[in-house]
Amino acid sequence: MTNMHEKSISELAAGLRNGDYSSVELTRAYLARIERLDSGLNSYITVDAERALSQAGAADRMLRDGAASPLAGIPIAHKDIFCTQGVRTSCGSRMLDNFISPYDATVVTRFKEAGAVMLGKTNMDEFAMGSSNETSFYGPVRNPWDRARVPGGSSGGSAAAVAARLCAGATGTDTGGSIRQPAALCGISGLKPTYGRVSRYGMIAFASSLDQAGPMARSAEDAALMLGVMAGFDPRDSTSVHQPVPDYGAGLDGDIGGLRIGLPREFFAEGLDAKVAASIEAAIGEFRKLGAEVVEISLPNNHLSVPAYYVVAPAECSSNLARFDGVRFGHRCQGPKDLEDLYKRSRAEGFGMEVKRRILIGTYALSAGYFDAYYLKAQQIRQLIASDFRRAFEQVDLIAAPATPGMAFAIGEKIDDPVTMYLSDIYTIAVNLAGLPGMSIPVGPANGLPVGLQLIGNYFDEGRLLNAAHRFQQATDWHLAAPADID
Amino acid sequence: MQWETVIGLEIHAQLATKSKIFSGASTAFGAEPNTQACVVDLGLPGVLPVLNGEAVTMAVRFGTAIEAEIGRRSVFARKNYFYPDLPKGYQISQFESPIVGRGHVEILLEDGSAKLIGVTRAHLEEDAGKSLHEDFHGQTGIDLNRAGTPLLEIVSEPDMRSAKEAVAYARRIHQIVRYLGICDGNMQEGSFRCDANVSVRPMGQKAFGTRAELKNINSFRFLERAINFEVERQIDLIESGGKVVLETRLYDPNRDETRSMRSKEEANDYRYFPDPDLLPVELDEDFIAAITAGLPEMPDAKRHRFMKDYGLSAADAEALTAGRALADYYETVAKTSGDVRLAANWVMVELGAALNREGLDILDCPVKAESFGGLVARIKDDTISGKIAKQVFEAMWAGEGDADAIIEARGLRQITDSGAIEAAVDEVLATNPQQVENYRAADEAKRPKMLGFFVGQVMKRSQGKANPQQVNELLMAKLGG
Repeated sequence: MTNMHEKSISELAAGLRNGDYSSVELTRAYLARIERLDSGLNSYITVDAERALSQAGAADRMLRDGAASPLAGIPIAHKDIFCTQGVRTSCGSRMLDNFISPYDATVVTRFKEAGAVMLGKTNMDEFAMGSSNETSFYGPVRNPWDRARVPGGSSGGSAAAVAARLCAGATGTDTGGSIRQPAALCGISGLKPTYGRVSRYGMIAFASSLDQAGPMARSAEDAALMLGVMAGFDPRDSTSVHQPVPDYGAGLDGDIGGLRIGLPREFFAEGLDAKVAASIEAAIGEFRKLGAEVVEISLPNNHLSVPAYYVVAPAECSSNLARFDGVRFGHRCQGPKDLEDLYKRSRAEGFGMEVKRRILIGTYALSAGYFDAYYLKAQQIRQLIASDFRRAFEQVDLIAAPATPGMAFAIGEKIDDPVTMYLSDIYTIAVNLAGLPGMSIPVGPANGLPVGLQLIGNYFDEGRLLNAAHRFQQATDWHLAAPADID
Repeated sequence: MQWETVIGLEIHAQLATKSKIFSGASTAFGAEPNTQACVVDLGLPGVLPVLNGEAVTMAVRFGTAIEAEIGRRSVFARKNYFYPDLPKGYQISQFESPIVGRGHVEILLEDGSAKLIGVTRAHLEEDAGKSLHEDFHGQTGIDLNRAGTPLLEIVSEPDMRSAKEAVAYARRIHQIVRYLGICDGNMQEGSFRCDANVSVRPMGQKAFGTRAELKNINSFRFLERAINFEVERQIDLIESGGKVVLETRLYDPNRDETRSMRSKEEANDYRYFPDPDLLPVELDEDFIAAITAGLPEMPDAKRHRFMKDYGLSAADAEALTAGRALADYYETVAKTSGDVRLAANWVMVELGAALNREGLDILDCPVKAESFGGLVARIKDDTISGKIAKQVFEAMWAGEGDADAIIEARGLRQITDSGAIEAAVDEVLATNPQQVENYRAADEAKRPKMLGFFVGQVMKRSQGKANPQQVNELLMAKLGG
């Protein structure tokens, strides 16, 4: 009973079905941990104990009636970018500090239908714009491995909450690395699915052509169970894809002998921290032992991914964030004297610096006279990057690479240097530009800090990613490492 | 100097879909403010648009009806600007790849000749909401019921050379969308809106003059007046040494003038880019072929057929094909009456006048086409005269039954019994000896007019039922004798 929070989702599911504990007991245990530990981490923006316990009660009844989903009764957290009916959905912004969504995101609905319990909403970079969780209106999240360091971002709250065992699993979103980078920095398993695999409906848009929701969990197995709930076509999202959802759990144990893994040489060059490189190499060695064939490949246009991303993502964000105008919902300035004043002050007060920076960049990139040079050119680069991957997947089944160039950096270290901050996503961004699935699994810690190995798969090949990650985790125990002072 | 007017029109036709173009909310007009706006229409955080396939079908119907190129792959784009009744801060429209490409329609000029007007493109987009400036004590109310209503924006080439041509073109487009049943055409409620781009240039000059865009025109009459005002304004301006500036002007029907709203220099940079929330619309040949095959007979074809099959003049054929329901009505009347010309006259004149008087649409006409055909048939077979037929029609309009019943009930059958008519003629001649004498003394030229007196007397005696032709013949014979 005392170590429920140490158990995986599949263990908890079994325990709930055995009657070892109820969902209400499990939920209380997690709520107590949040109460005790989260003030030092700030991983949650909103905790709704009452709602969580009521959902847990309902889940216990579902379990008695033989609920099928492995998520029934499991306490999870949602990144505060997902709209949750009746619960504040802030997106980490002052702009939406007062916004209580009248509807649920599809991802939220699916977890509800599966009987999962929502403990609360996790902290994040404002509107998912950031790589350190320092841009949140609700203050930075601290890395459970070292509270002076960032957890990564933008899904930093979800990553920290999972790493600190403040939920069994959490949802995240990934536009340029926002699941994989914090998963790497917090030592958890995070999967960004193929663009279109998970519905974006009700997920507050940052860059619509790149945003994708995914699971953040303690193991590939847990991530597989969560993805099974999240994935699938949604008639409310035109970009979600009609493609059957495989049983990700059933495919985890497949043999990976003969699996061809490609190492892109561009990802192991200058700029990669030596300790990270060593951890990655050790992990690759494990894959070799499991029978994988490892070959070097090239993704020659990867160096263009950060510049292309910082045109496309801000361009889309400048339009997506136009609806936050103080007219219908969200922050409205005091005593506007006319319409223009209402717009200007509401937006000036409601948005933080990084959001404003990206709106300005994006507005500029879409302006008459600059559109061809920036936006169209960036879209062409996306095609080049996608072709790089297409060629690579003719040779290999998976690509392995570091998820980040370094380990968790100190709070405050990069926040005043946007370009350096942007470069912390240099290994993850291309995957979003191409729309591919990517995953980060822990292969550290090294010197007390987590390291993430990134696995990249072909379109809709999440099953293979999860299979490889799971076999790796069966053979190693890096994913079991936990921060020292979380009990 | 001789000036030439150049006009192009942008027409916004609200498509008659049940639900909005990107959400499931109803499009019905006139509901309480903001009761027909769902989370998608409100632009709440996280919502996504999903294209209504019916709007695509309607746009393609229009495109095939004007023989336009259909975009096999059309793309929705965002038009970015801030306005309180534009919930997302952008309008979803189509920019570089519209669903309907180049096409054309034919208009009839006043001299009866035809002219082709090019349609540059037609694209799908969503309507905005409405800002309500009254009743809010210096504040503005926003009604988002209309937000997301599907629009087809139909852009013409600058092919029109007068306000009359512009009106003829607008009416033709109006007629086409109504024939297709894709728009109710109600200009008062804003379901069919015209913006006119107007410029002038010296006659013979190739280059276009600077244009002004006229907005807020909600009837064909105002369209004509707004253009005429604007043309005069521009000519006066140029002739007095001024220059026309590129701008948007509002038409004020109360003062019959146009006023500057905003100049294009201070207009927004809309920062169009493809909407990443929507996939390109890809249409295959089968889809387009099925729509083409399902098109009703369009106005041009119908007009030409009416001229050929019924021997109608271009003007009569144009009038009778103005609407599909009217054309159908006429064809039924023509068939049941057995006289296509007589049917055309009676539908256009008597029926048209009655509908006008009551402000009724042909669809709400209390006299069904078959009954009206029955009335025309009784004129054709001489059962009643045209004059009596008008009485019968009034009774039919009032709901007293069909023509035969009314003729019987009121005893209006024309008297064709020559014995009875002769008796009446004899009586009239006998009671008016002086007039008979005068007639006989008058010269040939004056006689027809004088004959009218006797005809009138005989008709009066027969309560209008005597066959006028027989009366004429008998009188002529007896008076001439």
